[in-house]
Amino acid sequence: MSATPFVVLSAILFTIGVIGVLTRRNAIVVFMNIELMLNASNLALVTFARVHGNLDGQVAAFFVMVVAAAEVVVGLAIIMTIFRSRRSASVDDASLLKY
Amino acid sequence: MTALLQAPTAVAAPVVNPVAASGVFSVLWVIIALPVFGALVLLVLGGRRTERWAHWFGVGTVAVSFVLSVICFVALLGRDTGDRSISQHLYTWVHAGSFHVEAGLLFDPLSALFLLLITGVGGLIHLYSVGYMEHDDRRPRFFAYLNLFVASMLTLVLANNYLGVFLGWEGVGLASYLLIGFWQHRTTAAVAAKKAFVVNRVGDIGMALGTMMTFAVFGTTSFAGISAVAGKASSTQLTILGLLFLLAACGKSAQVPLQSWLLDAMEGPTPVSALIHAATMVTAGVYLVVRSNFIYDHTVAAQTAVVVVGAVTLLWGAIIGCAKDDIKKALAGSTMSQIGYMMLAAGLGVAGYAFAIFHLLMHGFFKANMFLGAGSVMHAMDDDVDMRHYGALGKAVPVTFLTFAMGYLAIIGFPGFSGFWSKDPIIEAAFGNNVVAGLAALIGAGVTAFYMTRVMLMTFFGKKRWAEGVHPHESPKVMTIPLMVLGALSAVGGVLIAGGWIIDFLTPVVGPISEHELGGVPKIWLSVIIVVVMLAGIAIAWFTVGRADVPRTAPAKVSVFTKAARADLYGDAINEELLMRPGDRFVRGLLTFDDAGVDGFVDGSVAALGGLSGRVRRWQSGFVRSYALSLLGGAVIVVIAMLAVNL
Repeated sequence: MSATPFVVLSAILFTIGVIGVLTRRNAIVVFMNIELMLNASNLALVTFARVHGNLDGQVAAFFVMVVAAAEVVVGLAIIMTIFRSRRSASVDDASLLKY
Repeated sequence: MTALLQAPTAVAAPVVNPVAASGVFSVLWVIIALPVFGALVLLVLGGRRTERWAHWFGVGTVAVSFVLSVICFVALLGRDTGDRSISQHLYTWVHAGSFHVEAGLLFDPLSALFLLLITGVGGLIHLYSVGYMEHDDRRPRFFAYLNLFVASMLTLVLANNYLGVFLGWEGVGLASYLLIGFWQHRTTAAVAAKKAFVVNRVGDIGMALGTMMTFAVFGTTSFAGISAVAGKASSTQLTILGLLFLLAACGKSAQVPLQSWLLDAMEGPTPVSALIHAATMVTAGVYLVVRSNFIYDHTVAAQTAVVVVGAVTLLWGAIIGCAKDDIKKALAGSTMSQIGYMMLAAGLGVAGYAFAIFHLLMHGFFKANMFLGAGSVMHAMDDDVDMRHYGALGKAVPVTFLTFAMGYLAIIGFPGFSGFWSKDPIIEAAFGNNVVAGLAALIGAGVTAFYMTRVMLMTFFGKKRWAEGVHPHESPKVMTIPLMVLGALSAVGGVLIAGGWIIDFLTPVVGPISEHELGGVPKIWLSVIIVVVMLAGIAIAWFTVGRADVPRTAPAKVSVFTKAARADLYGDAINEELLMRPGDRFVRGLLTFDDAGVDGFVDGSVAALGGLSGRVRRWQSGFVRSYALSLLGGAVIVVIAMLAVNL
């Protein structure tokens, strides 16, 4: 079984994620794209774990999942708070922290 | 000028070879410590707490110092002539590598006489100040400064090395600054104090460099060490040393070209003027030259310079004294002139050292007397100093008049009075050395008689020219008693030279005078000539001032010479043209360079950096997505870099 399709899929997913983060304004969508990138990398990790025949990559994937879950909790809470105070979830509107 | 001078005498300067202090001499340090203690107590406790007793405390410390000085002096007399040099080791002051300085005192005939003068006359001036400063609410502070002044001067004359002298030297400068500017609410006083300080700094450069040079050349700064090896140094080195110490002496003793501060220093309270002019400060320069005799004896060039400075100053001061209407400034001019005599004598070498010191002592008596007398007159005339507003005061203030007259007769060298005994030998010695210096001294004597007679006539004789509402009254006892003591000393001080006592007494320090050096002109004839010149001076004063009515305001139409003398012979103008203006321009140039060059570079680079930062700051836009883009860009660059390395 060749690893190429998996790696290619992973790359495609990651690219979609990057484009999404860079182009979309809605914080929820940006967030989803970040998850997409994380999972693309998980896919690559698991694939390489399989190719090399050890569990290091899979362990790393688990770590990424746990961190992602924690991040979702914090991130969604922040987005909710911002939405409540300004009735908007656009990342471009939340640009006060600057020079 | 050098060619006119005789070759230096074959007799080398005596080597300073002191024995350790023991017995009564172990209290030497207390003589200095007492006034220091007095100054500290009065300064630390401050005016309000010490108001009641500060003045008597100040008088007391100096009085006890005087008693101790007398005890030491008597003890010194009790020793053999060759054994009259005592040193007291206090502690090791500086010990760094090969540089080793002991804090020590040297008590020999020279410093013994100075101790008596400083504490004796200084003490009388302290006593007088009790009355004179009675209505000044800063009197405790005044006494603290007076004590500091005396302590510094005592340090100067008792130190056994040049560094110690330097310490006292600077202390005297500081105290004079504080006292001249004592009434600092007057701008003139503040400026005069600053001027005295700055001009003294110029002289102090000479003192500092001289002290360093003694160490560089001889490896020690102590008199004992240097006097033992002075002859071995090259004549160039000794000449430079002599000239440096002469510069120092010019600053402290107000000799041309550093004379300009002395007349302005009259802004201080009158007792300060008396202290500066009689007991301390201006005598320091003469002391330094005489103390350094082991250097000057080996260098004709430096001695010549001293003689020239002395001769020029004695005429310079006398001429200024002739034109001043301010009684204190007339006396200040005479101080310059008299110190000029001392410098002249000191520059004559072995032939003159003893006479310089003798004249210094006599001058201490009669000048303190006259300054305090002038203060008493001012006291009577509501602090008016203009002699044109005086006149006919002889009856109003009889004690002041009589004591002042003693000082007057002494300074003009009236036969029998102290100045006669001390000035005549100087003029004789000057003639013995070369005719030019002798003539300068002789003419100076005539001019002295003229301007002092003028002061006398304008103040105590003639018609009343008093301002309205002025009722002259004699000063209180506390002021007249010092006057009487000093007046008596002015009259009979000459007894010190009876049988050549003071010369023999000083011989262990300065070397013996040989008969040859006493002058080529028959002594008695020269004395007659001096007296005739003096009488001529008095006569001229009588015809110009005594007979005519003195106008209340100074006449504006006067000769060029009078104008020049009134302007202190343009000493200030010369300083301004030669030193101040170019210095000003130089500083202004530096300032421009600093503003445009240095500041321009620093400010410019800062502005450029600031502008750049402003640009860079714009990158921080607040848009999350642009941050994400830069993150991506960074990541891509990292990946490319890794690939490039691996491939």
